[in-house]
Amino acid sequence: MKALVCIGHVPDTTSKIRFTDNDTKFDNTDIQYIIGPYEELALTRLLDIKDSGTDVHITAVNVGPVETEATLRKALAMGADEAVRVNAEPADAVFVAKQIAEVFKNGEYDVIVTGKESIDYNGSQVEGMIAEFIGLPSVSGASLFEIDGDKVKMEQEIEGGKQVLNATFPFVVSAGKGFALEPRIPNMRGIMMARRKKLDVVEPVEQNNMTEVVKHYLPEAKPQCKMVDPENVEELVRLLHEEAKII
Amino acid sequence: MAVLIYTENFNGKFKKATYELVSYGTETANKLGSEAIAVTIGNVDESTLKELGNYGAKKVFVVKNGELKDFSAQAYTAVIEQVASNNNADVIVFGNNPSGRAVAPRLTVKMNAGLAAGAVDVPSSTSPFKVKKRAYSGKAFADVIINSDVKVLTLSQNSYKIVETGGDIEIEDFTAEIPEGAYAVKLVEVVKSKGKLSVTDADILISAGRGLKGPENWGMIEEMAEILGAGTSCSRPVTDLDWRPHDEHVGQTGKVVAPNLYIAIGISGAIQHLAGVNSSKVMVCINTDADAPFFESADYGIVGDAFEVVPKLNEAFKKFIAES
Repeated sequence: MKALVCIGHVPDTTSKIRFTDNDTKFDNTDIQYIIGPYEELALTRLLDIKDSGTDVHITAVNVGPVETEATLRKALAMGADEAVRVNAEPADAVFVAKQIAEVFKNGEYDVIVTGKESIDYNGSQVEGMIAEFIGLPSVSGASLFEIDGDKVKMEQEIEGGKQVLNATFPFVVSAGKGFALEPRIPNMRGIMMARRKKLDVVEPVEQNNMTEVVKHYLPEAKPQCKMVDPENVEELVRLLHEEAKII
Repeated sequence: MAVLIYTENFNGKFKKATYELVSYGTETANKLGSEAIAVTIGNVDESTLKELGNYGAKKVFVVKNGELKDFSAQAYTAVIEQVASNNNADVIVFGNNPSGRAVAPRLTVKMNAGLAAGAVDVPSSTSPFKVKKRAYSGKAFADVIINSDVKVLTLSQNSYKIVETGGDIEIEDFTAEIPEGAYAVKLVEVVKSKGKLSVTDADILISAGRGLKGPENWGMIEEMAEILGAGTSCSRPVTDLDWRPHDEHVGQTGKVVAPNLYIAIGISGAIQHLAGVNSSKVMVCINTDADAPFFESADYGIVGDAFEVVPKLNEAFKKFIAES
């Protein structure tokens, strides 16, 4: 199996979010960038399958400027075989999906694996967009991915439950919670080997941006928490009823 | 021109979120000076369909092709595109739920459109078409301009009010063409979550964390949920330790929720947990540690031992329910 796994370059989940340039841009100061948590699960699952003896070749792909290469190197250190960076600012989800669809067409891949959603713009967009650009089936938010010969068993979240699915290559799948259990942490050998692995840089194909982010806001500060005496919990019930009018 | 609303039905029934979405689509149509129309896939009885008119939809297309019984992102995208194109819909709205997240991006590419995912309000301007959406897992919001002729939106759950406008709705059957290969991925079975209220549907969530010390102590949490007609959820360490099922995990890497009331018991409030719950209307924090970060985000707090506070609170809730 040849897999193309999309690697998001996103602020660490513990980051304090701030904006700059009149709230038009994300403030990078002191921000650590990481592989998106769902993409980490996606890559981990593919590596687990490889370790269990199945022939898997993994290419990590990212659309971004040169700074994102550190994140791709981390994917290589985790165990991906090679990486491709599409050299462009990721203008919007349609733009990114178009680039990844192009990388897919230029290789001989069986499957594209993405994360369920990016943790910056929370789009949950790219998997379906790539699939539509290429004309492939898509499976969203998969919580299981098991290979059995030429069939892949997956579970997809639906409202109020899940669907158990059987697919044959090629298709696009986004990884949700449960795709892999614990994300893999690169070891020293992996980090050393990652330096020598192939990282190709390709130029983007043309695609108009359909959307642009023009302003950011932080959530309004909450008024101070009203403290209730633990000996007088009836007061909390009264507040929820009379003040918050929620019960 | 029209605003097309994908009104998903669940075995022939709509949910509260569907009516939120219709209210949202109707208000968006008002702003654009166009009309709100809806599409649903599957068999829904007439009285249920008429309910959509009560929230402002003027017409609903019912697609009954038998092969659409099972969900396929490819097939559903094709069907909704046909309804949209036949009716010159220039704005198409979905709920930000599993089907919306699967179909909206595909439809966006198919219709050469732009997508704003996780909108929290109707467009603040229509030319340019600008809408506010969730960003950074609820730690921020962003204004997005969609430049394409066709715009696709998904609405964040519980972020828009339900507005009853009254009004009649026209019901029309629609026969769609299903493209070949749309069911290439074979459905083996559907596994429904056990009878309980799902965390994304619950109006009230009683959520507990590692502070409860072990799965055997969840009885009082379930009791509170039962008294208030609430759902139960938990923080990540609790599911990692297998104290509770994974579908109860709320937070940045679990489910993102926005109930009317979120009661956090023994949850310190790590930034990743708060990111998944901070759109709740009212939050209560019960924790032994007065410095727990959750108190900074909560509306009401009690510093105290859950094992003492929760049983007392359950009695107080019971008394309140009995008297009201």
